[in-house]
Amino acid sequence: MPVPQDQYFFIDPNRCIGCEACVQACSECDTHKGHSMIHLEYLNRRESPQTLPVVCMHCDSPTCAEVCPADAIKRTEDGVVQTARKPRCIACNNCVLACPFGVPKMDTRQELMMKCDMCYDRTSEGKRPMCATVCPSQALFFGTREDIERLRPRSRAVNEFHFGLQTIHTKVRMMVPRESPASYIDVSDAMYDSGERSDEQDPMLAAARFALPII
Amino acid sequence: MEDDNSTTAFPDGRAEQEQPKWRRDFPIDVEADEYGSRRDFTRFMVLTSLAFACGQVWIALLSFFRTRRPTEQRIAAVDDLQDGQAMVFHYPTNRDPCLLIRQSENQFLAYSSLCTHLMCPVRPELEHDRLHCPCHEGYFDLATGRPAAGPPRRPLPRIRLRIDRGIVYATDVEERTS
Repeated sequence: MPVPQDQYFFIDPNRCIGCEACVQACSECDTHKGHSMIHLEYLNRRESPQTLPVVCMHCDSPTCAEVCPADAIKRTEDGVVQTARKPRCIACNNCVLACPFGVPKMDTRQELMMKCDMCYDRTSEGKRPMCATVCPSQALFFGTREDIERLRPRSRAVNEFHFGLQTIHTKVRMMVPRESPASYIDVSDAMYDSGERSDEQDPMLAAARFALPII
Repeated sequence: MEDDNSTTAFPDGRAEQEQPKWRRDFPIDVEADEYGSRRDFTRFMVLTSLAFACGQVWIALLSFFRTRRPTEQRIAAVDDLQDGQAMVFHYPTNRDPCLLIRQSENQFLAYSSLCTHLMCPVRPELEHDRLHCPCHEGYFDLATGRPAAGPPRRPLPRIRLRIDRGIVYATDVEERTS
């Protein structure tokens, strides 16, 4: 049974309080016991404790699947990009390196890539993902568009991301302030401190930036 | 907001038909993937069975052209052998050793002397009415050439004989499977 088509996953970075309840809840799941498929990114650790939960964004053109040499990463009809198929995955780490959001995790002991599949065992039965059920501030929200419009009148959902020259449309939405002029979120902005950020006038939008670790 | 029905979006934004072949061969969506696997499997099955069929035809042609009727060949004179004696001859080619055995006045027997186990030469033990392969202690019945004991499971090929005016001729090799 597919995930209902009117149900969407919304990430609202402004509401994230960094409690890591989602991380705990995710790692308790029996399908990947002990491994959390969600993690928190610090937006700008030097200046702020603000965190941002990162789940799989379920791209329309999933980079992880595009780069998979073993044809192991597949997307079901409801647009959910699934964890790598165990018989096919060769643990090459391509997806881990390629994902613009840093979502896939490599379990070297199992030699299997595991990633957030939006709790497919739950959502395909009409339940919400575990992280969305435990999030105390509902920074992770799973519901219809009407719900989110009603509950967050000052925000709107964006699902276009830029990463270098790559434009990514995702199934998972990220909330930005309604008045914000931005029509997309640039993932790579937070990767290095360019010093000339155009969004400094808009701290709310800045909260929607990803902060990927510099290796 | 944005359109939702975009599960078949491609990175370059072009339509599915314009995508390179590898992308169509390795689709991301599960349904297309299963369809592709099924199609590949069917193609594999059809091509493999076609190859097997062609191979069968090829083998049949080869064996049709390779079949040689063994020619009749003079082996010995009747008087060369006493009753209860055996001699070695080669038939149909020089590389096929055979045994000619005279059992009685008018009774000649001939077998290929290659043991059907591992092609050691068998030795006649006429006093026990059997042929003995010393390699692995195999025994064959003298009258029929069938295995009596030991590892061989198939009988020795029998050589058909014809006796004409005191001369023994080999006419054919009778391969037997049981």
